[in-house]
Amino acid sequence: MTATADPALAADALRERRFFLSLSLPALFIVGLAAILPILWIIRQSFLTTGGEYTFGNYEKVLSSGLTWSALVTTLELSLATLAICILLGTPLALALASARPRVANVLMAFVMLPLWTSILVRTYGWLVLLRRDGLINAALTGSGLTAEPLPLVYNFTGTLIGMVHYMLPLFLLPVYAAMRDIDANLIRASSSMGASLGQVIRTVILPLSAGGIFSGSTIVFIYTIGFFITPAVLGGGKVNPLSTRIERTLSTFQDWGSASVLGILLLIVMAMIGVMFLAARRLSTRNGAAHA
Amino acid sequence: MESLPITIDSVSKSYGTYVALDDVSLDIQAGEFLTLLGPSGSGKTTLLMALAGFVRPDSGKLLLGDRDITRLAPNKRDIGIVFQNYALFPHMNVLANVAYPLALRKMPKAEARRRALDTLARVKLEGLSERNIAALSGGQRQRVALARAIVFEPRVMLMDEPLSALDKNLRETMQYEIRRLHDDLGITTIYVTHDQREALIMSDRIAVMNSGRIQQIDTPQRIYDRPSTRFVAEFMGEANIVAPGLVRRIDGADASRATLMIRAESFHLDEKLVGRDGIALEGTLRAKAFRGENWLLTLALDGGGQEVLVCIPAALASGCGELATGQRVTAYAPAAKVHPLPETIA
Amino acid sequence: MLEAYPDNRLSRIFLWGFSALVMAFLMLPTLVVVPLSFSASNLLEFPPRAYSLRWYETFFGSATWMAALRTSLILGTLTAMVAVPLGLLACISINRLGGKAAVTIQGVLLTPSIVPGILLAIGLFFVLAAQRLVGTLFGVLVGHVVLAIPVACIVLLPALARFDWNQVQAARSLGANWARAIGGIIVPQLHISLLSATLMAFLTSLDESVISIFISSGRNSTMPKLMFLSLRDQIDPTIAAISTLWTAIVVAVVLIVTLRRKS
Repeated sequence: MTATADPALAADALRERRFFLSLSLPALFIVGLAAILPILWIIRQSFLTTGGEYTFGNYEKVLSSGLTWSALVTTLELSLATLAICILLGTPLALALASARPRVANVLMAFVMLPLWTSILVRTYGWLVLLRRDGLINAALTGSGLTAEPLPLVYNFTGTLIGMVHYMLPLFLLPVYAAMRDIDANLIRASSSMGASLGQVIRTVILPLSAGGIFSGSTIVFIYTIGFFITPAVLGGGKVNPLSTRIERTLSTFQDWGSASVLGILLLIVMAMIGVMFLAARRLSTRNGAAHA
Repeated sequence: MESLPITIDSVSKSYGTYVALDDVSLDIQAGEFLTLLGPSGSGKTTLLMALAGFVRPDSGKLLLGDRDITRLAPNKRDIGIVFQNYALFPHMNVLANVAYPLALRKMPKAEARRRALDTLARVKLEGLSERNIAALSGGQRQRVALARAIVFEPRVMLMDEPLSALDKNLRETMQYEIRRLHDDLGITTIYVTHDQREALIMSDRIAVMNSGRIQQIDTPQRIYDRPSTRFVAEFMGEANIVAPGLVRRIDGADASRATLMIRAESFHLDEKLVGRDGIALEGTLRAKAFRGENWLLTLALDGGGQEVLVCIPAALASGCGELATGQRVTAYAPAAKVHPLPETIA
Repeated sequence: MLEAYPDNRLSRIFLWGFSALVMAFLMLPTLVVVPLSFSASNLLEFPPRAYSLRWYETFFGSATWMAALRTSLILGTLTAMVAVPLGLLACISINRLGGKAAVTIQGVLLTPSIVPGILLAIGLFFVLAAQRLVGTLFGVLVGHVVLAIPVACIVLLPALARFDWNQVQAARSLGANWARAIGGIIVPQLHISLLSATLMAFLTSLDESVISIFISSGRNSTMPKLMFLSLRDQIDPTIAAISTLWTAIVVAVVLIVTLRRKS
C-alpha cells in the first residue's frame, strides 16, 4: 500500500519541471519566431491578393499553370536521379572505406568530408569551371580528340544533377559507412566458411545488414534535394526549374508573393508526402524484420 | 561540530507502478553510524537520495533535528555526500575540489585554503593538494571525496556505496578509516552498501532493506544472530532454514515447533562441543568442499531430503578429509545458536 | 570488413579503383579552384600559363567584397554567441526533462534543419517585410541563429548525455544553486564540445546562402550572397581567389576543432 501523494511535494515536482522547461524557452522562442511563424506566414500569404484581401486566386493561378507542373516533375526527377546515383556511387565507396584499416579509413573519410566543409558556392563555381563549354573537361575531351565538339555539360539537367550528387554524396555516405563499419567481421568469415562467394557475401550479409544505413542516407538525400536552390539556380542556367527556383523567380522577378507562397506550400506538401512514405516504408520493413527474427 | 538526529517519517516513492520506497520510517540518533543494507533495487539508494534532496518523495517527512527538510533544495540542506563514483570535479585540482563548498559559502580565500588543507591532512592527503584528479589513485580519490564532504562541517553525512570501486585490501583499510573519521567527528552518518560484511564491520546499527521496505533494524550482532525474517537471515550469510520436526534435542526434550534458523558455521560434528540442550540433525553427506579456512559440507536431512550447509573450521575438522559422499553424518548445534524465525511463529 | 573474406585480391582492386574515381569526383571541384586563383590571365585556363596574385589584390581592393567579408564575419560571430548559449540551455532542459516533453522540444528545435532553406527564406522575408526589417543585419542574424541552434544541439546533446550528472548533484549537495552548477561545473567540463558547437554555429552562418540571398542586401550583403550574384553574372578568377580563401578559412576552423578534440 502506498500513501496518497502529498500535494505540496507534487507542487514542488511540478515547479521543478517548469524550471527545466523554462531553460528551453529562449531557443523555442527564436525557432518559433524565425522558423514556425514564417511557415505560417507563407500559408497566410498564399490566401492574400497584392492588395491584402483574402482570395483563392493564387491557388487557381498557380495550379492551372503548366509551369508549376513541370517544376514539380523536375523537382522529383532531380531528387530521384540524385538518389539513384548516390546509391550507385556511395554504397561501393562505403564498402571500400569500411574495409580499410581504421587509420586509412579515417584519413580517407577526412578527404570525403572535404566537400562537406566547402561552401556550396565554392563547389558550384568549381563545377562551372570544369563543365563549361570552354571548361577543363571539354578542353580535355576536344584536345585529346575524343569528341569533335564540346559537350553540353552545364546550364542543363546534367550539370544540375552533377552538382547535386556532389553535394549529397558525402551526406549519403556517412550513415551507410557507419552501418557497414558496425558489421561484425566474423559474420563475413562465417559465411565464407560456409562456401559463399564474395558476391554472395555482399548480397546476403553485407547489404541486408547495412540496409538501415542506406535507408537513412536515402531519407537525407530526399529531404535535402526536394528544396535545393543554389545548384539548380546556377548550374541549371535558367533551363532547369524545380519548385525552388520557380519560387525565387516568382518572388524576385514577378513580385508575386501570393503565387510564391502557393508554390512554397506545394513544396511543403511534396516533402510531407515523401516523409510519410519513408516512415511507412521503415515501419513496414521493421515489421517484416521482426517477423523474420 | 554539532551533529543532528535524522527522522524519516513514512516516506513513499514510486516510479509509475514500481514502488521504490514503501512507507519507510526510521529514526537515526545524533552521531550514529547507520548502514542501509540491501540488494540492488531494494530502495536503499533511493532513500539516501531522498535525504540528499535529489529524489522527491511522493509523501512523508524528512527531519534533520527539528527542521523539516522534505521540501528544501539540496543546496540548502548542508549534508555532506560521498557519491559512489566520487563525482570529483575533473576540471579542478584536489585543493579546489575540497575548497569548492567553502567558496560557495563565501569564506575568505586564505581561510578556505587553510581549512581545506587541514581537512586534507585529516584524510592523510598532505602534499597532494595541487594534484589533478586524473592523477590520483582510486583510494586517493576516495579520500578527496571524503574531505570535500566534511570540509564544510555538515551536520549529517551520507555515503552511497563509497568503497565499491576499490579492491579488497584497500576496501578494508578504508572501512576502518571511515569509521575512525566518524568517531573523531561524531557526525551522524548514513552509509549505503550491499556488502553485508562491510555493514557488520562498520555500523552501530544496520537497517536491512528489501523491495522498498525496511525488513529489520538492529545492531550488527543481533541482525546476524537473530534475523527477524527469512530474507534477512539469508542475506546476512550462509543460513539454514530448517522446518520444524527435522530437529531433535540432544537431551531428548521436545524440540521447538517453530521454523529454525541455524548458520552454517554454528554446527559441530562433535557432540561434546555442544551443550546437552543443543540440537542434532541427521542426514547423508551429499557434497564436501575444502575452502581453506573451513570445510563446507552439504547434508541431505532424513525425512524429506532438505539440504543443510554445515561449515566446520579447518582447525577443528581433522576428520572431514576422510568423509565420503553417501556417508551418514550427524551435525550438532548449541542452543544459543538456534534461532526461531519470528515471522514463522503464528 | 571485406578483408575478412579470404582471397579477394581481384575484387579488391576493382573496388578500390572505383572508389578512387568517386573520391576524385568529390574532391575535384574544390581543388581545381586553387591553381586558377593564382592565374595571371583573365581567362579560365588550366593549368594557368603564368601565375600572379592579381585576383587576390582585386578581392582585397574591392570595397564591396570587403564589406561583405566584414558582414559575414560579424554575423558568424554573433550567430555563435547567441545560438550556443541558447542551445546549451535547451539541451540541459531536454536532458533533464526526458520523456515526451524532451522529444517535443527536440523536434521543434530541429525543424529548421529539415525545412527547405528556400521556404525559411521566403517566410522570413515576409515576416521581416511586415516589420520593415528586410536588408538589416538583425533580420539575417535571426535567420542564421535559427539554423545554428539545431547544429549546436546536435553537438551538445550527446555531450550532455555522456556528462556525469552526479557532478551536478555533488555541486548541489555542496551548496551550489542551479546557476552556479551550470556555470561552474557543466560549462567548464563541456568546454571542448562548447568550442565545437561555437565553431560549427559560426560556420553555419558563414556558409549559409539562401537566407542571405533573400534577406541581406546592400551594405549588409554577405559573402555567399555576393558570390551567388557574381556566379550568375560573370565568372572571373576573382571568385577563384575568394573561394580558395573561403575554403582555407573553413578547413582551418575544422582542423582546430578536430585537433582540440583529440588533445
